[in-house]
Amino acid sequence: MWLFLATEVLFFGGLFVAYAVLRMLHPEVFAYASHYLDTILGGINTLVLIASSFTMAMAVRFAQTNKRIPLIICLLLTLAGAMGFMVIKYFEYTHKIHENLIMGPGFYRPVDAQEATIAMTDPGEPAPVLKLDSSLGAPAVTPAAASQNIIGIPLPAMDRTAVVSPLAGPSGVVDLAGTPPAERSQYAEEALREVPTADTPHLLDPKLPVNTHQFFAIYYCMTGLHGIHVIVGIGVISWLVWGAFKGRYNSNYYTPVDLVGLYWHVVDLVWIFLFPLFYLIH
Amino acid sequence: MHSTTSTHDSHAEVHPLVGHLVPVSTLLLTGGALVVLTVLTVAIHYVDLGEANIYIALVIASIKAALVGAFFMHLRWDRPFNLLVLVAAIAFVVLMMAFSMIDVDANSFAFDQGNPKTVQNYLDQNAKFAPITAK
Repeated sequence: MWLFLATEVLFFGGLFVAYAVLRMLHPEVFAYASHYLDTILGGINTLVLIASSFTMAMAVRFAQTNKRIPLIICLLLTLAGAMGFMVIKYFEYTHKIHENLIMGPGFYRPVDAQEATIAMTDPGEPAPVLKLDSSLGAPAVTPAAASQNIIGIPLPAMDRTAVVSPLAGPSGVVDLAGTPPAERSQYAEEALREVPTADTPHLLDPKLPVNTHQFFAIYYCMTGLHGIHVIVGIGVISWLVWGAFKGRYNSNYYTPVDLVGLYWHVVDLVWIFLFPLFYLIH
Repeated sequence: MHSTTSTHDSHAEVHPLVGHLVPVSTLLLTGGALVVLTVLTVAIHYVDLGEANIYIALVIASIKAALVGAFFMHLRWDRPFNLLVLVAAIAFVVLMMAFSMIDVDANSFAFDQGNPKTVQNYLDQNAKFAPITAK
């Protein structure tokens, strides 16, 4: 079992190395993007996992001392902790996906326009991207300008207006064509004033560092792999509950409870490191 | 913690066949310490100490990991070989991390050259303004 746990440590270890390298290359990305993660939800999840680790350790003890009913109760509490963790994780993930804080090129597509674009184009065709109207005085987008913090919003083909915004700086253009004229400037000002939080549209943020999508790539890889381990944990703990109901475990035979316990503690250990590395950085 | 954990549980003699019975008080103290450390690390996160923040957070995480390993995973009472396996795995991860970081640090100019042509073509089509190409 301990050799298996060692392979688990190495399994996650590769991703921790990737995290360290990415963070070394782009420290500003991690400092910025961490604000999009909800520290309170992450902290609650940490406490939930610690509590479930505690009940798991108690379950091992109750198996060793032939206490069947307390064993079942402790295993069920551990199961509840595992499921609670996944429920909170589900809310975190869906919120981020809704805000387009995702991995891959979709990170650079605005939320509302993306749905419209998907609905209105053939899957084979590239998404229609808004061409800037030079009569409005907006500078044409050059590759050099594109490498700066420009917001390009792919829009449905019929809507082709663009506005120049104070958001975008001298060479940049912000398209707020989807916003009614009266709300445009207010929207832009709010986006400028706000410190990034989970509710700020990231593409409107002038301080968005280059390559911010990398943070979310490593975030989803690491928390995703951890989430898969939690789901596996739910499976094996359920199996223990079944065995405990049948009265299989006693002071002569409690190895399954002990080993699943060890696995569950390693899942807890990984989260103990993931939490500060993603949620607690400036 | 050590004063409470070194006292042997009396049940251990009653059930000679089982491994070490970790006392309930030890488990409770460990769980309590983990909760306190979690609250502490979140609280410190709200104080801006610059560079020091991440190191404090990692030290607290390491203490929590040691507590989980020693008491929840009963490594404190196991044969030392189990501890050796875990520590060796962690040591190799740290070794790999250190060499990767030294290597990338020395060659990072080679990592910011932008995307391969095929990747960039895809991005140009599907995420036109993605500021992915460096420089």
